[in-house]
Amino acid sequence: MSATLTASAPSRNQSVANNLSRARHRTNTIVKGLCILATVIGLMFLGTILFTLIDLGFGGLSTKVFTNITRSGPDGGLANAIVGTLIQTALGTAIGTPIGLMVGTYLSEYSAGSRLGNAVRFVSDVLLSAPSILIGLFVYQILVAGRGYTGIAGGVALAIIVIPIVVRTTEDMLRLIPTALREAAVALGAPKWKSIVQVCYPAALDGIATGVLLAIARVAGETAPLLFTSFGNSYMSTDLGSAMASLPLAIYQFAGQPDADLVQLAWVGALLITFGVLALNIVARVVLRPRS
Amino acid sequence: MSMTNDAVNTETQKANIGVMQARSAANLNAPRIAINKVDFFYGTNKALKGICLDLPEKQVTGMIGPSGCGKSTLLRVLNRMYDLYPGQHAEGEVMMDGENIISPGVDLNQLRSRIGMVFQKPTPFPMSIYDNIAFGVKLHEKLSKSAMDERVEWSLTRAALWGEVKDRLTASAMGLSGGQQQRLCIARTIATRPEVILFDEPTSALDPISTLKIEELIDELKRDFTIAIVTHNMQQAARCADQVAFFYIGELVEVGTATQMFTSPREKRTQEYITGRFG
Repeated sequence: MSATLTASAPSRNQSVANNLSRARHRTNTIVKGLCILATVIGLMFLGTILFTLIDLGFGGLSTKVFTNITRSGPDGGLANAIVGTLIQTALGTAIGTPIGLMVGTYLSEYSAGSRLGNAVRFVSDVLLSAPSILIGLFVYQILVAGRGYTGIAGGVALAIIVIPIVVRTTEDMLRLIPTALREAAVALGAPKWKSIVQVCYPAALDGIATGVLLAIARVAGETAPLLFTSFGNSYMSTDLGSAMASLPLAIYQFAGQPDADLVQLAWVGALLITFGVLALNIVARVVLRPRS
Repeated sequence: MSMTNDAVNTETQKANIGVMQARSAANLNAPRIAINKVDFFYGTNKALKGICLDLPEKQVTGMIGPSGCGKSTLLRVLNRMYDLYPGQHAEGEVMMDGENIISPGVDLNQLRSRIGMVFQKPTPFPMSIYDNIAFGVKLHEKLSKSAMDERVEWSLTRAALWGEVKDRLTASAMGLSGGQQQRLCIARTIATRPEVILFDEPTSALDPISTLKIEELIDELKRDFTIAIVTHNMQQAARCADQVAFFYIGELVEVGTATQMFTSPREKRTQEYITGRFG
């Protein structure tokens, strides 16, 4: 083909196009293969964990687990640890959720561009990634030292973990609400707080609830903040003013024991936490399913 | 195109004279709201320059002009929506019942119950159809259950939606179609029994049938309410409005009756805009 000086459209070189197309397909195949490989590796770990959990934990499940307290020997159960985990997780969520919700609301609705808002957001993010043992140490220092281990201290430590998670999701979810919806409420003569509570919260409910669930799932399995706050208790105790057992602490204490019964209990405890959190997620998904 | 203040004032005076002439010619009603020399600022950016405009009582004022000309901004001045955003402020006078409603002492929640607003996109609240209406009413009145039921039916009937939703008042408003949602927003607004309703491009997100319904509704609503509507649709302005105001880059170029504006505009820019030559 000779070059011409006429202004006709440049002709298309089919062999170059074919080569480019082949190269593109090759790259596509490689990238797709890598993505699938990564997914398989990730799922493999998850699957192995779940399999091991069921394999080693399921055999130890019996009514004794729910009725008897922790002790060595074949009669050992986890009743005190289950009750303790329920109480402390509930307490941590009950304290942490309202605070997190209000801080998140402040950041999204009231702090626009203010220095205080930016500072609060920064501190909250730092707290989000703070090692949980530090939080345990902090609560030990202010609530436990000189007073003794208590369930309250355990609940407070968990609440401190709950707060930044709820702050983050609340702020993110409220920011997703279109400005027009807020303006519509205000245009009817609603004061700002009413537009937040009655319009924005319901609109962001699914997201905020998901955040709270994430927080519950996270704290239900926390061990480090409970080590020197609620300490653990071999006996049944629902007294918030004294040391309290919990599933993660029971796992921590029993898993390394040379007693096969205790090791079995540790696996059962792990299974219970995992499936408890899973069940909570499923229930929440069903309850919060978008209605239309 | 730069104008001196004198030139702006002359324009404004011309526009004022125009309004008076037009009013006497076409029997425009006495003003419900009188806008007098209003300037508006987004930060330091002046978005409205010396606007003078009367909204005649129980009639429809159409506001037209190219994007960014300030028509929506003017609507948001009237219900003080700009107060939500620090850095925005208005100067001048907007008189309603002898009170300057853009002065600092005004109770904004009460003002907004008297001057309602319908937005470009439907904004149903995430609650039932019934509660969407009751939300605004409860802010300003204490009604018994039966009185509230009556109010909900009344406002939905006025918004031409009652027949379509009367059997599912407790269903979520999010399940309605776009046109129904917009009529719900209109019902919600009239339920608080305002005196003035501001429509900010209320049909730009709707299909032609829904648009037609809303336009018929506006025509029906003007028996009871003073209405201002911002629109990009010339035919809509011609169909709905008694008075039409043409804005361009923050100025009110010309105002007159709809007939006069669309048949014999005085300003060259108005003529060019309504015939589609720019904007």
